[in-house]
Amino acid sequence: MRITGLTIAILAMISTAGPSPAGDGAPTWVRNCTWCHGTSGHGYANAPELAGQRHQYIENQLLDFHNHVRDNPFSQQYMWGAAANLNAQTARDLAVYFSLLPPKPANDGVGELAAIGREIYLEGIPEINIVPCAACHGPNAEGVRDIPRLGGLSYAYLKRRLEQWGQGYHAAAPPPMPRIAGKLPPDQIEALASYLSFVR
Amino acid sequence: MRVTSLRFVLRAAILATVLSAAARVDSAEPGHSRQALAARTEHGGVAAKAEYCTDCHGPSGQGYHGYLTMPRLAGQTPEYIENQLRSFAERSRERDLFINMGRVHGLSPDMRAAMAAHFRGLDPRPIGGGPRNLLGTGKRIYDEGIPEANIPACAACHGPDAKGQEAIPRLAGQLYAYTVKELTNWDRERGQSPARDDTSAVMTPIARALSPAQVSAIAAYLSYLR
Repeated sequence: MRITGLTIAILAMISTAGPSPAGDGAPTWVRNCTWCHGTSGHGYANAPELAGQRHQYIENQLLDFHNHVRDNPFSQQYMWGAAANLNAQTARDLAVYFSLLPPKPANDGVGELAAIGREIYLEGIPEINIVPCAACHGPNAEGVRDIPRLGGLSYAYLKRRLEQWGQGYHAAAPPPMPRIAGKLPPDQIEALASYLSFVR
Repeated sequence: MRVTSLRFVLRAAILATVLSAAARVDSAEPGHSRQALAARTEHGGVAAKAEYCTDCHGPSGQGYHGYLTMPRLAGQTPEYIENQLRSFAERSRERDLFINMGRVHGLSPDMRAAMAAHFRGLDPRPIGGGPRNLLGTGKRIYDEGIPEANIPACAACHGPDAKGQEAIPRLAGQLYAYTVKELTNWDRERGQSPARDDTSAVMTPIARALSPAQVSAIAAYLSYLR
């Protein structure tokens, strides 16, 4: 990876300022994200957590917003504009920045559904041809390379993302997610989203 | 030529069996018992089950790098695929993984045969990915073995083009990371059920004798082989 001035500034900030570095001294690009995603990148309302997310995944999503490939309603409303003037290097720097912030689980799912969600996550539902999420996203939903971390994301965000694939949004996402999400029954989506919101 | 047409006949016979089984379930079982529903879903859903397999093993069965490395299935011998599916179901392969491989790979014997026939017929380009500087060494070990270390030529059993035959798997085009992992962990992943006689024992002494560098070289060579 090419190390730019921004990356160096970001790394310096993280090493001196700790987990909450997006204050007054943060570059404009970072502050433009943290208005919605929170100064610690833990997400807020409709904006998902970015802290601890895989940097290749964040970078790919930013480019998908920029290119209008990720076309979910909130993406069109917020992120298409936010990513309109983003160049590839800034996308990469932002992705690295947020990936290095420590994540914090949203803990906002339905507690009673977590056990069912965990079983789906680890074993899938072979009877209706659902593969286990863990095969790609890892035993602790930590993600790997450009495969996103799911652990600790908010219930509402996870539920919405899975539902919207079934409705045809973001159909050009890398396979197999659009197809798998489309096969998940609504109550199983709720169980999965609940479980994942508690994973740390 | 003769072998090819025999394979075609076999595949047709397997498909015919699967389809007639589906018809039987539909006509003879009007009830909605859980067993009947499950049977109908499975027999009626060869295409859906093939999609389920490719959700992890790649759209054309070429393999996929997730958190786990999912092996290439395309062009694999049907006997080998059926044997592995049975090994997972009987918990003699990778039984300590965080995923319940027996449940995930649990298919009826008819569906095992249908999936094996399906992936046999696919031929996507290999993903590759092994270090290119090892190809020469890898090919030499594959073709000639390492006589001074008592390691036989891989080609002797897996064939000069690594296409395998019957229960001996095709290795051509297999993912680099997968071949490395299998040869490194052979004892811990295969033949884990003492109750079941397992052909994987043939590979145990060979996998043990190979050094990490030799494993890498063989895996790199196979990862690009069409």
